[in-house]
Amino acid sequence: MAIQFQHHPGLVVYLSAGDTGLTPRESHAGHAGGAVDLSLTREIALAAIDAGADVIEIGVPYSDPLGDGPVIQRASERALLRGTRLVDVLALAAELRAARPQAGLVIFSYLNPILRFGLPAFVDAAAAAGVDGVLLIDMIVEEAGEYLAEMKRVNLAPIFLAAPTSPEERLKAIVEHSQGFVYAISRTGITGQQKDVETGAAALVERLRRWTHWRGLPIAVGFGISNAEHVAQVGKFADAAVIGSAIVELIERSTEEQAPEAVSRFIRGLFTQGLHRQHEVQALEQREPASL
Amino acid sequence: MATMLSPDTQTQSKAGRFGAYGGRYVPETLMAALEELEHAYAEAKADAAFQAELDLLLKDFAGRPTPLYFAKRLTESLGGAKIYLKREDLLHTGAHKINNALGQGLLAKRMGKRRIIAETGAGQHGVATATVCALLGLECIVYMGEEDMRRQELNVLRMRLLGAEVRGVASGSKTLKDAVNEALRDWVTNVRNTYYILGSALGPHPYPTMVRDFNRIIGVEMRQQILGKEGRLPTAILACVGGGSNAIGAFHEFLSDLPGNDKVRLIGVEAGGRGKTLGDHAARFEGGVPGVLQGTYSYVLQDENGQVSLTHSVSAGLDYATVGPEHAALHDCGRAEYVSADDAHVMEAVVKLARTEGILPALESAHAVAECIRIAPNMPSHDILVINLSGRGDKDMGIIARELNIQGAQGH
Ligand SMILES: Cc1ncc(COP(=O)(O)O)c(C=O)c1O
Repeated sequence: MAIQFQHHPGLVVYLSAGDTGLTPRESHAGHAGGAVDLSLTREIALAAIDAGADVIEIGVPYSDPLGDGPVIQRASERALLRGTRLVDVLALAAELRAARPQAGLVIFSYLNPILRFGLPAFVDAAAAAGVDGVLLIDMIVEEAGEYLAEMKRVNLAPIFLAAPTSPEERLKAIVEHSQGFVYAISRTGITGQQKDVETGAAALVERLRRWTHWRGLPIAVGFGISNAEHVAQVGKFADAAVIGSAIVELIERSTEEQAPEAVSRFIRGLFTQGLHRQHEVQALEQREPASL
Repeated sequence: MATMLSPDTQTQSKAGRFGAYGGRYVPETLMAALEELEHAYAEAKADAAFQAELDLLLKDFAGRPTPLYFAKRLTESLGGAKIYLKREDLLHTGAHKINNALGQGLLAKRMGKRRIIAETGAGQHGVATATVCALLGLECIVYMGEEDMRRQELNVLRMRLLGAEVRGVASGSKTLKDAVNEALRDWVTNVRNTYYILGSALGPHPYPTMVRDFNRIIGVEMRQQILGKEGRLPTAILACVGGGSNAIGAFHEFLSDLPGNDKVRLIGVEAGGRGKTLGDHAARFEGGVPGVLQGTYSYVLQDENGQVSLTHSVSAGLDYATVGPEHAALHDCGRAEYVSADDAHVMEAVVKLARTEGILPALESAHAVAECIRIAPNMPSHDILVINLSGRGDKDMGIIARELNIQGAQGH
C-alpha cells in the first residue's frame, strides 16, 4: 500500500470528514459526545475511489481553519457541530483501508488536534489504521524535526506544501522531506474555487521539478481546481490535481441520499472530459509512472 | 514542535523560541514574507536613523515619555503598599498600542509595502494602526469580530473617520481570535504587497519579539522613573495580559541583569470572565494547555480534542484563547506570576480608580487595578506596586454605564 497515481493526471479528492451538508438526515443532525457516525463521509469516499480518485485526503475538522476559504470553513463548522473528533476520523480511515486496499489515504489536518492527541499516539494510530501519509497545513519544514522522526518511525509519508512564494532553498527542503507526493499550491491564497488555473502554478511546478526529478516524486497541484478544464490544464505540467472545495460544496448542496452519487458523477465527468486512464496514455507519454 | 531549549527567555533561538514556546506554524505561503520581515526588522533595528525617526514620533506625536504617577488617594484608601500608575492611557489614541503601531508602520513604509492590514479586539490596536496609516499615507484595512464591533462601536467610528476600512468578521465567536484568522487569510492571499501589523506579542516569529521590542520603552521609562522618585525598584509590577504586549513591554527591562531586577515581582493579570468553566473566561494559565494557535506554540484554551474553545471577558482586548509565547516561558520558569480577575471585580476597580484618582481605566487595564486592590491592603506601606495602566476607558463607557446602571440624558 502506497500512494500511486493510476491516471494522468492523478486525482486527489479532499473531503471534510463528518460534514453531512446542509440537509442532514434526522439521525445525522447535531449530536455530540461518543463516537460520531461518519458513514456518509465513508460512502462518499468509496464512491470517489470507485469513480477513479487515486488518493483521498481526509480532512480533520478544526475550529480555526485559517488556511481555508468559506466553503471548507462552513464544512468544518458543521462537522464540529456534529461532534467529529480525530479518533472518529482515524476509525473512518481504517474502514476505508479495509474496504479499498489499493487507495491512497492521507490525513489532512491543522496541527493542534494532532498535538492534543499526542504526536506519537497519532502516528501509531494512523499507521495502524492503514493511512499512507499526513499533510499538516500549518507545519513548515523548519519546525518539523520531531514530527518527521515520528512519521519515519512508523513509515508514514509526510507531505509538505510548496507555495508560489517559496524561494528555491525552501522548495529544496520541502521536496527533500516529502514522500508520496509534494503538494504545489496553485496560487497565493486560501482554499476555494477560482475561474482559471493561474500561470504561476506551472512556474512553481517547473521550479519543483528541479528537486523532484531524480526521485520521481510526483507533484500534485491544488487550491482552486474545480472542473474538468482545470484538471486537464494541470495535466499538462503536473502529475496530479487536487480537488477540494468544489466537491465539498457539491456535498453541501446535495441531500445525504444524493451526495455519494453526485460526487461519483462529478468525478466520472472529469474523466470523460479530460482525464485519461494511465494505461491509455502510457504509450504516448515518456514520463515515468508516478509512484512513491 | 517543542524543540526543547533552555527555559531562559534571554537566550532566544534563531527560530524565535522562548524556552519551548513560540516558533512558526503557518501555511507555507507566508514563510517568505515572515523571513523578509525578520530581515527587514533586523536591519531597521540596527539603523540609527530608523530609531531616531521612531523616537521623535513617540515623543512629539504619541506623547512619550508617559508619566509615572503616584496614586496617593488610592494608596490611602487601600491602606497598604504605595501605588504608582504608569500612564500609558495618556498616549495619543488612548493606549500603549500606538507604540507598536508606529514602529511597524515605519517598518512597512521602509519595506515599500503600501497596503496595511490589522486585526483588532477592543479596537485600540485598530485605531492606533488607522492613525499611523493616516500619518504615513498608507492604505488600511482592519478586521474586527462583529461582537467586538458592537461592544466597541466608538472605536469602529474612529477608525472609519481616520480613513480605514473596517471589515466585520462573522465566523466563530466573532471576537479577536476570528479577526486574527481573517487577517491571516487576507495576508496569505495578498502577501506580495501587504504588510500585516499584528497588534500583540503573538503569532509567528518575528512578531512576538518585534512587538515586545516596540513596547519595551514602557519598562525602560518605568525603571528610571521609579528610581528617580523612590531611589529603589518596585516590589511588584502589575499588568493585564491579553496577547501580552503591554505586560511584556512593562516586564522586559526587569528581566535583564540590571541590579535589583531579580527581586521585582512581575504579575500578569488575565481575564477571569464570569466563571471557571471553559468558555466563561480567558485565563490561559488556569485552563489552557500548550498547543498551537495562529502561528505560535503557547498555552491555548481548548477542549480535549484540540478544538479551540470560546472565551468570555467583559473586555474585548483580553478575550482571546491563547497568549504570547514569551509569557508562557516566563510562566513555566516561574519568573512571572499569572493570576486572573473576574468581570465583577474589574467593574469595582473601574469605579474605585475613577473615584479615588479621577482616572477612568480601560476595562483591560482595570484587570491589573483589580489585582492591585486585592493585594495592596495586605502589603506593608514601604512596599511599592506599579500598575501598567495600558489604556483609558472612554471606549468602554457604553458597557460601563450599562453594567453600573449609570443614566445618561434620559435619566434623572
Ligand atoms: C488598553 C488595552 N490594554 C491591554 C490590551 C490587551 O493587549 P495586550 O495584552 O497585548 O497588551 C488591549 C487590547 O486591545 C487594550 O486595548
